[in-house]
Amino acid sequence: MPFALTPERERELAEILTRYPTKMAACIPALHLCQDQHGYIDDDVVTWVSHRLDLPPAHVKGVVTFYTLFNQHKVGKHQLWVCRTLPCALRGAGEMLDYCEKKLGIKAGETTPDGKITLRTAECLASCGTAPMMQVDKDYYENLTPADVDAILERLQRS
Amino acid sequence: MLKQTNYLTKVYGLPEGWTLATYEREARGYQAARKVLTTMSPADVVNEAKKANIRGRGGAGFPMGVKWSFMRPHPTKPAYLVINADEGEPGTHKDRTLMELNPHACVEGCIIGCYAIGAHAAYIYVRDELHLSKARLWGAIKEAKAKGYLGKNPFGKDYPVEVYVHTGAGAYICGEETSLLNSLEGKRGEPRLKPPFPAQAGAFGCPTTVNNLETIAAVPTAFNLGCEEFSKLSSIHHLNDGGVRLFGVNGHVKKPGVYECCVGLTLRELIYDLGGGLLDDKALHSVIPGGSSTPVLRAEDVVHAPDEKSPLHAWHGKSVLDVPLGVDTFRNMGTMLGTCCATVMAEGTDPVACFHNLMQFYRHESCGQCTPCREGSGWLLRIAEKLMDGTCSMDELNTLHDVANGIMGNTICAFGEGTAMPALGYLKKFRKEFEAYVKGERKGKDARLAVGAWGQS
Repeated sequence: MPFALTPERERELAEILTRYPTKMAACIPALHLCQDQHGYIDDDVVTWVSHRLDLPPAHVKGVVTFYTLFNQHKVGKHQLWVCRTLPCALRGAGEMLDYCEKKLGIKAGETTPDGKITLRTAECLASCGTAPMMQVDKDYYENLTPADVDAILERLQRS
Repeated sequence: MLKQTNYLTKVYGLPEGWTLATYEREARGYQAARKVLTTMSPADVVNEAKKANIRGRGGAGFPMGVKWSFMRPHPTKPAYLVINADEGEPGTHKDRTLMELNPHACVEGCIIGCYAIGAHAAYIYVRDELHLSKARLWGAIKEAKAKGYLGKNPFGKDYPVEVYVHTGAGAYICGEETSLLNSLEGKRGEPRLKPPFPAQAGAFGCPTTVNNLETIAAVPTAFNLGCEEFSKLSSIHHLNDGGVRLFGVNGHVKKPGVYECCVGLTLRELIYDLGGGLLDDKALHSVIPGGSSTPVLRAEDVVHAPDEKSPLHAWHGKSVLDVPLGVDTFRNMGTMLGTCCATVMAEGTDPVACFHNLMQFYRHESCGQCTPCREGSGWLLRIAEKLMDGTCSMDELNTLHDVANGIMGNTICAFGEGTAMPALGYLKKFRKEFEAYVKGERKGKDARLAVGAWGQS
């Protein structure tokens, strides 16, 4: 079945469109809504957004490929981003990433075989004063110790 | 000079500190916007704002009031206020605290800013990762609207103002103002050539002012105190660098965090008095003063400013740690104040590993539009990787200069400088350590960034 937003998300998009003088400005918010629903942005989604906002598909595709947060392929149920940039690295982010890789049995950029967790590195997440940190889906976890990471990973694996 | 204040941060620790009720009760909430909209003309607001000497808090340090004065009414086009809250410069963690803990100051600042520049709509561009920040800002907008502070007649004045939150999708470059505008318009976040400057053709081709989030959040305080009084809180008020601001400190300090102080604080005060000194009481190795694009300073660096006309002359011969953190003072020291959030490194930290870490960041975040930056950032990273692998020759190390200089000044936006300056800074300050890698005296596997084991310090 071709992609379409759920009625609830479609209402949200209609409200978003009222904020801007052009339809194009809703491109990124619309793609976020689509990704929330679909998990990633494939060509069906690109086609839908381009029709909905009267944009050339190439424009929408260009936007999707520019921004790090748009998944172009299927990803795990949970997204785990470990900040690797200098301020976090100074507080042990390198070791924390190794720890996550070992515990999950995957490398950064990969998804666990059960499809539950995608582990990735992130560039600075504006949480340098509470390093090391990671983002799990929409939440920040800061000042992390090995025990904290154990608890996070166990919760995700059980979910 | 260390003078802690709590104009912006008074509500930070309070229960429900981010709500309108707390903001009005504890922080003179919306009194400034009410006064401005009901008693002042937009021209008066701009003139008054200039006296506050608020230097842009996003890194460039441009005077906010002067920027506002560039806005001219257009016969047919509306004007826009766009707030840059795409905080992503490594080492910078201040705007997020304002959005999460004092969102009403941001909204009130937007109301005053819109009125001053003739705009009826403000877009706050927040990076997508900051979900709590977005929720708190939307919550503040809703509360302000319900009270009649936003909307068709704010404070009964016939001057409609709307504030919206817009989100990016994970691109550091969108913190560059013209790239941010493209992203706001629903395009790839590639920077635009200037001119035209945003004040002539910004968002949607209309006159636009882009202010950093902390800049706009400081506006209500400035108008509550009186802009000149606000400016005088700074000990370098005479250098047109006024008021209070948020100072961040992170890395190898005991108490990392964000602290509000009068402008004029020194790095020594930030690191030792506020940051609590270094982990394990180690000696200071180096400090990046204001986000990763600002060239690194060594602990032993001293100010060289024999010229009496230099704004730094008063500190000639003194440690760089004792110079007030100001836009002009730090620019004259061969670095930049940037975002005023310092990253601190203790002795034993490997500067080449720091350089390697940062070059990964710039390689990842170059938008790819300009060849010198796209190729140059990759080249710098390859040299860094070879250094860490022990396969870099002296000739290749010497090309680092040429590659970095090839980026400088040859790109559309300042990201190029932001990449080249820290690269050149690290090479200049730590040439010996770089050469030690080439000679095989140091090895990547021994390089340390953290102090002690993770979770132990």
